[in-house]
Amino acid sequence: MTLNFLSGLRSPQSLFYRTLMLVLILLAALSFPALAQLRIEVIGAGATQIPVAIVPFQAEAGLAQQLTPVVAADLERSGLFRLIDAGGVNPVPHEPEQVDYAQWRARGAEALVIGSVVKAPDGRHEIRFRVLDVTRQTQLTGYAYFAADSQLRLTAHKIADMVYERLTGDPGVFATRIAYVVKRGARFELHVADADGHGSQSILSSDEPIISPAWAPDGTRLAYVSFEQKKPIVYVQSLITGGRRAVAGFYGSNSSPAWSPDGRRLAVTLTRDGGSQIYLINADGSGAPQRITRSSAIDTEANFSPDGQSILFTSDRGGGPQIYRMPAEGGPAQRVTFEGNYNVSPRHSPDGKSFTFIQRANGRFNVGIYDIATRQLQILTDGGIDESPTFAPNGKMILYASRTRGRGILASVSSDGRTKYRLTADTGDVREPAWGPIIRK
Amino acid sequence: MKRIMMVALTCSVLAACSSTPTAEQEGAGVEDRNAKPAQPAKPAASKAATKPAVEKAVTGNPLKDPANILSKRSVFFDLDSNIVKDEFKPVVSAHSRYLQQNRGVKITIQGHADERGSREYNLALGQRRADAVKQAMQLLGVQASQIETISYGEEKPKATGQGEAAWAENRRADIAYPND
Repeated sequence: MTLNFLSGLRSPQSLFYRTLMLVLILLAALSFPALAQLRIEVIGAGATQIPVAIVPFQAEAGLAQQLTPVVAADLERSGLFRLIDAGGVNPVPHEPEQVDYAQWRARGAEALVIGSVVKAPDGRHEIRFRVLDVTRQTQLTGYAYFAADSQLRLTAHKIADMVYERLTGDPGVFATRIAYVVKRGARFELHVADADGHGSQSILSSDEPIISPAWAPDGTRLAYVSFEQKKPIVYVQSLITGGRRAVAGFYGSNSSPAWSPDGRRLAVTLTRDGGSQIYLINADGSGAPQRITRSSAIDTEANFSPDGQSILFTSDRGGGPQIYRMPAEGGPAQRVTFEGNYNVSPRHSPDGKSFTFIQRANGRFNVGIYDIATRQLQILTDGGIDESPTFAPNGKMILYASRTRGRGILASVSSDGRTKYRLTADTGDVREPAWGPIIRK
Repeated sequence: MKRIMMVALTCSVLAACSSTPTAEQEGAGVEDRNAKPAQPAKPAASKAATKPAVEKAVTGNPLKDPANILSKRSVFFDLDSNIVKDEFKPVVSAHSRYLQQNRGVKITIQGHADERGSREYNLALGQRRADAVKQAMQLLGVQASQIETISYGEEKPKATGQGEAAWAENRRADIAYPND
């Protein structure tokens, strides 16, 4: 699959070979604890791409995890970078004074990433890197990280984030995590993995379905719906301790958890008063639910605006399911979507200026993005069986669930629709993705 | 009670896969595989239609008796509809009567939806179906306190796969008793 994508690249022989080597290295790295991982397949790239060359860091070859292949894969997956061949240079530059800028200009690079790894006194690795402007022959940014073996991959993601941010102006999301549900046979698991699908860990394993994972804004907890008690109940689980609490287990069905931006409350859908309605509860499960919708219809899929002032939700009070907005404490709701007769699953972008959603048209379900100021919407996918869209925390990509060849997969599309990639599991169906926040340390 | 005995008396012995609700045809001559004997007096694996006199010995649980309408637990719905169709009114009536005669028994009605579209919206659609059946039973005199309605949405389909046949099977509400 990934090799098929390679043959579509228009590139000189040596770049083809180098990229092939890179991908083979990635595949080899990806095939270790294979069951736990999602495999990535890049499908489309962005319109304008910054040509960047990433030179293997000095002494990284001996590390348990090499850094520059991860950095390169991250930047390429964003669709905003074109990797320039970094091989065949003698001497290999690791410090600015070693760089022959003319050579890199000749190769078409606009940015150059170089670095080195040395042993720190405490036994960790000290990883130094610089991003250089090839045209102006200046340093754009540089940094040093200290990392133990187990932190090498995360460090590579952080380096990719810094390169991305310096060259695009937007924060990178390579060091973030995603949550998703895997179904294998009759077994359901809730997983948390790196944004590139690596290093997944099962945080809940069950014979009954799990749906609707939702990240707390500080990234330390996940809310989700589990059917393990033979009815849907909302739990909040700590990713640090593994401990969890049922925060909504009322009479009837409990589902659709959404965090308030301050992490203190959840909007949930409860049927305790007859009919699916939206309530606010404390995230620790204390106190009584506060009902905030009052219709005789289905009101569900609440999603807070980033400023905490309003809530988008799905309602069929008008006949079919459409997206509405109401004040966060409840109040009159305004209808937002008017195109077609089925618009659901609203999720605000991190800057609050747009939201992603699912639209059904002619029986096909696709991911859309709606600009709140202009009221323009754009349909970004054409899979026809797409669901559960979730924004990357920099607002640049939307991760969602789809199916291909009869199996559930995750897919990602850029908010302008141009860049696409897929995440597939070795076995089983993947669904219900949720993209975690950027954690600044 | 008399009516249940009448039904039992006039039917053949059927297969007794009682744990999963299936829309089995009443009176069909199904082989007696996996028989969970509800009638203690009968030996296992009998295929023959028996004489009424022998059937009189049946004293088993009517909820699990495949010859009894109470063993039918599913109400199926049309697309985009929560209306309990006429063909399911006998099932709803039978369970309503049973609950009125057994006021200590509490049931759960589990709603389901087909797999197209948003999982959370489908959870709510399934809930609506369960509520429609509950409402029909309340109109027949069942106390609300005897019924809890929940939804599985699209998460526990009876029929997997795409297409109208599978979707139609999953647009349903199931009536579940405590010892199912």
